[in-house]
Amino acid sequence: MRVKALETLLTEKGLVDPAALDAIIDIYQNQVGPQNGALVVAKAWADPVFKARLLADATEVVAELGFYGRQGEHITVVENTLERHNVIVCTLCSCYPWPLLGIPPGWYKSDAYRARVVREPRAVLAEFGVVLPEGQAVRVWDSTAEMRYLVLPMRPEGTEGMSVEELAALVTRDAMVGTGLATVPQ
Amino acid sequence: MSRVHDMGGRWGDGPVLVDPNEPVFKEDWHGRALAVTLAAGALGQWNLDTSRHAREALGTKDYTRFSYYEKWISALADLLVAKGVVSREELATGRSAGGSPLAEKKLLAERVPAVLAKGGPSARDGAAPIYPVGARVKTRRPARNVWVEGGHTRLPAYASGVEGVILSQHRAHVLPDANAHGKGECPEPLYTVLFRAADLWGRAENAGDEVTLDLWESYLEPVA
Repeated sequence: MRVKALETLLTEKGLVDPAALDAIIDIYQNQVGPQNGALVVAKAWADPVFKARLLADATEVVAELGFYGRQGEHITVVENTLERHNVIVCTLCSCYPWPLLGIPPGWYKSDAYRARVVREPRAVLAEFGVVLPEGQAVRVWDSTAEMRYLVLPMRPEGTEGMSVEELAALVTRDAMVGTGLATVPQ
Repeated sequence: MSRVHDMGGRWGDGPVLVDPNEPVFKEDWHGRALAVTLAAGALGQWNLDTSRHAREALGTKDYTRFSYYEKWISALADLLVAKGVVSREELATGRSAGGSPLAEKKLLAERVPAVLAKGGPSARDGAAPIYPVGARVKTRRPARNVWVEGGHTRLPAYASGVEGVILSQHRAHVLPDANAHGKGECPEPLYTVLFRAADLWGRAENAGDEVTLDLWESYLEPVA
């Protein structure tokens, strides 16, 4: 395997510490992931003051929760409303808000998603099972710079009185990319 | 004028295939590929824009054929040789011809959390933006790097020569077109520019649909 050969060569040259690679993998496999973004969304649903601050300066607000770092140095949160649905893509590579969502899934990095969602977002969303009403405009955010975007999905009906933890459980990764909606509680 | 990575709007890619049970790293080597790339980046011999350009600069056929992490590893191997970190022979044989003076910069396990948490912000002090929110602008056409022929740029071809509106202003940010090619950071004001989908594609799925891009000031010209 080519990766193993490269790792071995760089380790022999004293340039890579295999334990550091283990540490990097552990962080992205076990510590950083969509649960971070879900907590941000749930807090925004539960607390209008937090939400207003989040929409005004997300980088600072999510950093207060400990979510900052590589591939998430400049964060913008965009809010879904009855009038507008937001979708995130990076057509040129695969930019994604790592500190909030972790490593992007395969479909986000796929040629099909990158090529199509800017041109036919409604057709792509339909493949994800999301059909938007005619009256709701779609805004696709193509992440061409170091700004990283997170969608604030609409809060589902029937969630009044839920705790932040209960609300966070309704927030899927896809809802925060805009290819899904928040889960409606049964 | 563009390269194969610049695929926004392209036809012919088929449905978006979703694996609902996909683990973070589908194969063990995927995680190794990501980690070795980040660890090699910590040696400080290139920047984010250089490594992005290295992936884009893969041959058209390789870019299309390679999986995501194959692109990463191929681009990493190219960069390591281009920057003299390893020799072509070492790469071919997989055997070290000796230690490296860069070894003192090796990323150690105990520093990993701090280094990942620190990140590398691209905002800089720089000139104030000249375009106010609401101003009409037109993007550069063609979408080219004006510093280096065939070089890196972050203006997608599909949004080239199109009129849009300034949605928001950001601070000055490192200019990838210069920074990817060792020409300095050259920070410029960054804007989020809003385009009507119909202006980009000729027709939109719905009249009100829009696309935004984050674009540097030199990518834009004023529209009277």
